[in-house]
Amino acid sequence: MTLEEIFKELQKQFSTVPLELVVAKLPAAAGEVAGDSHIIVPADKLIEICRLLKVSDLFFFDCLSNLTAVDWKDRLEVVYHLFSYRHRQHLELKVKLPVDNPTVLHPTVPTVESIWKVANWLEREVFDLFGIIFEGHSDLRRIMLPDDWVGYPLRKDYKEEEDYHGITTTRPKLLQ
Amino acid sequence: MTEFKTQEMTLNMGPQHPSTHGVIRFIVKSDGEVMDRAIPDVGYLHRSIEKISEAMTYNGFMPWTDRVDYLAAMNCNVAYAMAVEKLTGIQPTKRAEYLRVIAQELNRIISHLLAVGSLAMDVGAYTPFLHTLREREAINTLMEELCGQRLTYNYARIGGVIYDLPDGFVQKTLPVLDRVERALNEFNRLVTDNKIFLKRLGGVGVISREEAIDYNLVGPNLRGSGVKWDLRRDEPYSVYPELDFEVPVGCGEAGVLGDCYDRYIVRVKEITEACKIVRQCFEKMPAGDHMVKTPKKIRPPKGEVYTRVESTRGDLGVYLVSDGSDKPYRLKFRTSSFTAMSIIEKVSHGLMIADLIALIASLDIVAPEIDR
Repeated sequence: MTLEEIFKELQKQFSTVPLELVVAKLPAAAGEVAGDSHIIVPADKLIEICRLLKVSDLFFFDCLSNLTAVDWKDRLEVVYHLFSYRHRQHLELKVKLPVDNPTVLHPTVPTVESIWKVANWLEREVFDLFGIIFEGHSDLRRIMLPDDWVGYPLRKDYKEEEDYHGITTTRPKLLQ
Repeated sequence: MTEFKTQEMTLNMGPQHPSTHGVIRFIVKSDGEVMDRAIPDVGYLHRSIEKISEAMTYNGFMPWTDRVDYLAAMNCNVAYAMAVEKLTGIQPTKRAEYLRVIAQELNRIISHLLAVGSLAMDVGAYTPFLHTLREREAINTLMEELCGQRLTYNYARIGGVIYDLPDGFVQKTLPVLDRVERALNEFNRLVTDNKIFLKRLGGVGVISREEAIDYNLVGPNLRGSGVKWDLRRDEPYSVYPELDFEVPVGCGEAGVLGDCYDRYIVRVKEITEACKIVRQCFEKMPAGDHMVKTPKKIRPPKGEVYTRVESTRGDLGVYLVSDGSDKPYRLKFRTSSFTAMSIIEKVSHGLMIADLIALIASLDIVAPEIDR
């Protein structure tokens, strides 16, 4: 099944949902997007789409290979790499979360933990480093950093605190 | 007769514990010797390698990839190089691809030797560990000749590898491979067929096929649960399609499919396969350059790629986003120890505390790879 076929099938199943197919090429000519093609889905329909992608025999994406996020300053993107062992098929999904409103520090996206168990830890990592809240997550705590850490390091606007419990986070320039 | 009250006990294991293979902590909830669950607590070795990458140039980041998984540095090097090459469209030479495979498979041998040796040590057999370390030492010396380092190789480059084979490398390596195989036979007689060892691992820590996929276990852990899946064979990259090798899977010899023994035996068998691959590479390797010409400052086009290679611990995913500048915009390593660690809480239910050690060792967890 090609990505276009998957996209058409999804459009058929979710006719009212605005889905977007981004076709990328490698190597890319001028004007084309380089890299992997992917499908952009809206956050509120993510669970339904993922559940269909996992259970239906047609897709059977039984494995969530990777889950991560990218900070594009005006928006955060959550990236899902799905994989089907049965059909040997990859699929990349993206959810765009606008952060143009500075009062909204924590954009939210529903958790896919109930669909793939591995999402539990992967989402905790994204929460820890990006501050994205996964709604409905059973155990959303920091995983890499200490619980009392301030800020989300992989955000582009992250500024490290001067010290952590009296331990300085900078060191004097050695040549001064 | 007096009645004794029982109550749940909370034990702390780690972060400094001889059998946790690095700095990992478990909070064990147990009723006497039997665990209700072991809750992993990770992050002690978090170095924020992904954040560091955003401040480094593409070539300059290569040594950092060694530190993602220091026992399989070669695989991490190659995985990163492949991601950048895929996005920029740089094609390494055929000879470079062979050199990478040789280096990766030698790395697989030493990593698995350490894994099976330390598994034996963790369940109480100290001597075999020394035997496997002795063999590992010989290959470490070969690696030092190849790239100047014994552990953090920094060997692959974007567009090839840094050095060609040194003089006489083939003649030195072949006897070492023979020695490893002989030592493996000895190791099998000592450990694999040992009745006590079989009892310690057989039927312990069973992970079913569905669970393994659901928790995204990869590599030998996935194959131990009976899934015949190997990226080198099923999604071939580099020159693996030209090489002939078997993909061993667990079959429940010592008890149940997907137990600790199955994960262990897959690794033992993979050592032999890796030896086979290295020998084939020496025969088939063409002459030529080990590096293509690349621009000094690499600037991949705007875009993103996700590549996967079969590292010694399984599928290592690199997600690279470029904004067209000379530094990665976002780089993510999806490592196998991270997902393997997350399944422990589930599998540990009903295990004895002593079996937790066997479970961790059989999953071959490496702490820096979890935390990055």
